[in-house]
Amino acid sequence: MIEKALSGNRLYWTWLAILLAIMGVGGLCYVQQFNYGLGITGMSRDVSWGLYISQFTFLVGVAAGGVMLVLPYYLHNYKVFGRITILGEFMAVAAVSMCLMFILADLGQPMRALNVLLHPTPNSILFWDMIVLNVYLFLNIVGGWVILNAEKKEVPPPKWVKALIYISIPWAISIHTVTAFLYCGLPGRHYWLTAILAPRFLASAFAAGPALLVICALILRRYTAFDAGKEAINKLVTIITYAAILNFFFVGLELFVGYYSNIPGHMHTLDYLFFGHEDGGVLYDNLVGPMRFSMFIGMAATIALLFPKMRDSYCKIGWLCGAIFLSLWIDKGLGLVLGGFVPSPLDYYVEYYPTAIELGITAAVWATGAFILTVLYKVAISVKLTKEA
Amino acid sequence: MDNSRRKFLKLAGVSAIAGIAAPAAFNSLLKGEAFASGGGSGHGEDKAPTGKRYGFVVDVQKFAADKDLAQRCINACHTTHNVPDFGKDNKKDEIKWIWTETFGHAFPDHSQYKKNTQLVDLPIMTFCNHCDNPPCVRACPTKATFKNADGMVLMDFHRCIGCRFCMAACPYGARSFNWRNPAVKNEDGSYKYIRRPNLDFPTRMRGVVEKCNMCAERLAEGKQPACVDACRPTDGIIFGDLNDPNSEVSKVLREKFTIQRKPALGTKPSIFYII
Ligand code: SF4
Ligand code: SF4
Repeated sequence: MIEKALSGNRLYWTWLAILLAIMGVGGLCYVQQFNYGLGITGMSRDVSWGLYISQFTFLVGVAAGGVMLVLPYYLHNYKVFGRITILGEFMAVAAVSMCLMFILADLGQPMRALNVLLHPTPNSILFWDMIVLNVYLFLNIVGGWVILNAEKKEVPPPKWVKALIYISIPWAISIHTVTAFLYCGLPGRHYWLTAILAPRFLASAFAAGPALLVICALILRRYTAFDAGKEAINKLVTIITYAAILNFFFVGLELFVGYYSNIPGHMHTLDYLFFGHEDGGVLYDNLVGPMRFSMFIGMAATIALLFPKMRDSYCKIGWLCGAIFLSLWIDKGLGLVLGGFVPSPLDYYVEYYPTAIELGITAAVWATGAFILTVLYKVAISVKLTKEA
Repeated sequence: MDNSRRKFLKLAGVSAIAGIAAPAAFNSLLKGEAFASGGGSGHGEDKAPTGKRYGFVVDVQKFAADKDLAQRCINACHTTHNVPDFGKDNKKDEIKWIWTETFGHAFPDHSQYKKNTQLVDLPIMTFCNHCDNPPCVRACPTKATFKNADGMVLMDFHRCIGCRFCMAACPYGARSFNWRNPAVKNEDGSYKYIRRPNLDFPTRMRGVVEKCNMCAERLAEGKQPACVDACRPTDGIIFGDLNDPNSEVSKVLREKFTIQRKPALGTKPSIFYII
């Protein structure tokens, strides 16, 4: 079936070439990092996780978001999603692959990555995260591929694959819950030490994942003969809207607890993220702009989506979904991870700025994800279109 | 014995063991000490672990009396362990095993309001607390950070993958990461960042975490930790087994009022400060 990825029009090949170019540049950046060490990034003793881990965290959510298609389709027999469920599964594959690449990029000793398996450590959440992510990757690759293959041969998919799909539903929840546990089980990091972190992660995932999916579906509709269907898009937008509302509600709860309780540790990061912190004449506020922007466009787009008039064209829907995606990317892909480190447990304010090398590697991982996604979508769509023709 | 009976007995035995062991295992999984005695007295309530538990008492006043004492401790530790020095203006790559903080940073959740001026400027020696319930050990996915039978929290540099999860987990900022190669050599073969190399102790490679190791290598030879030795003749830092009632630390702890850093987090630090 993979041969379907080898034929395509000019646009397809140009797009892949662009991605390959970014991957090439990022690859060179990685060689540099590999030779010098992580000191080549902007991370420091105080902010010991940066862009890599924050992107990883965000993308686990994108991967989990695929379940918003799988669940209605397989559990509630919601037929409208039939055409695009495979898109959700393949998006999960691409996103989890990116997660694993980001983790690898972040290791100080990448050659020893297998130590996690050689010395299994059940008390470490990272160990469990590794397991749930890899199993989720497997579930989606196998599930998606086998069902697509059956579709191509016009035979019903084998029974055992149904079992995999059913397992993948709670599994999607587990990947993001376990990822939240990486953070919310740590003492002395007030910003992360909150029981609502896992629900907050899930709410933002169920908005961001489907939002990216809608954008992809709209792009496919424009440049290929594949149309997800108006009803499917509309349903997805409804899911996105409610998930986003939940997400912002949860953010509000955090703000309330932080500021009403008046406990300094709980307010410090919120202060730093939304207002900046002044210390000895220096203002630490490098995330204030992005965070306010994130809240503003996220909430504005969510409210807009509540109005039917704003949903009457694909163009508007595309922009609003893009805004929600961007908003959640800033909130989770930047603020959440970095905010946990500033102020440090010893109450120092050290800000983090990624270096060019770091940005190059990050871009390359995203490009690799896009590459995987494009190839998988190409195969899926070719199968669907030939069958329908 | 016929086969089915043997099978039955085996099964019975196994399930009996499982039945007895499961709740205990579950409890230890949950908390480690589900049967801690009552008569609690708030969050600071503590149950002494059994066996050895090494710990330190830092007498802050001794450091106030001798302005150079802190630096002597730091030098002793850092030369003993080949801790690299990348220069004052390179905070980003900094590696430190023992260092000084002001009272406000060492004890950020104590009230700083109306503290006497002498205390506020005092150098407080800070290093790994060798917590009895160490979050860094819990977080490490490879057992590169582990607690040994004597309550020391140690590191296996050759196993560490450099994920830095332990750094996020330590609430005392006690861990450093080798962001770059600490053992770079000059043309003449000398180390670039290690001024007086100690050939009896290894250097590290880049990409691994490190921290105070309680001078495990010196204790094995019957010596005291380097910082403790550096404090002599004062008793700025006292070291010993907290569980041995006759040890010097135990004596001091019985007599003096001491505090620990961030006790509310339940990590049970093994460093006590006489303020
Ligand atoms: S002080 Fe930090 S590094 Fe040391 S044992 Fe406690 S948690 Fe671990
Ligand atoms: S950086 Fe090393 S010591 Fe720390 S958690 Fe990772 S593997 Fe363990």
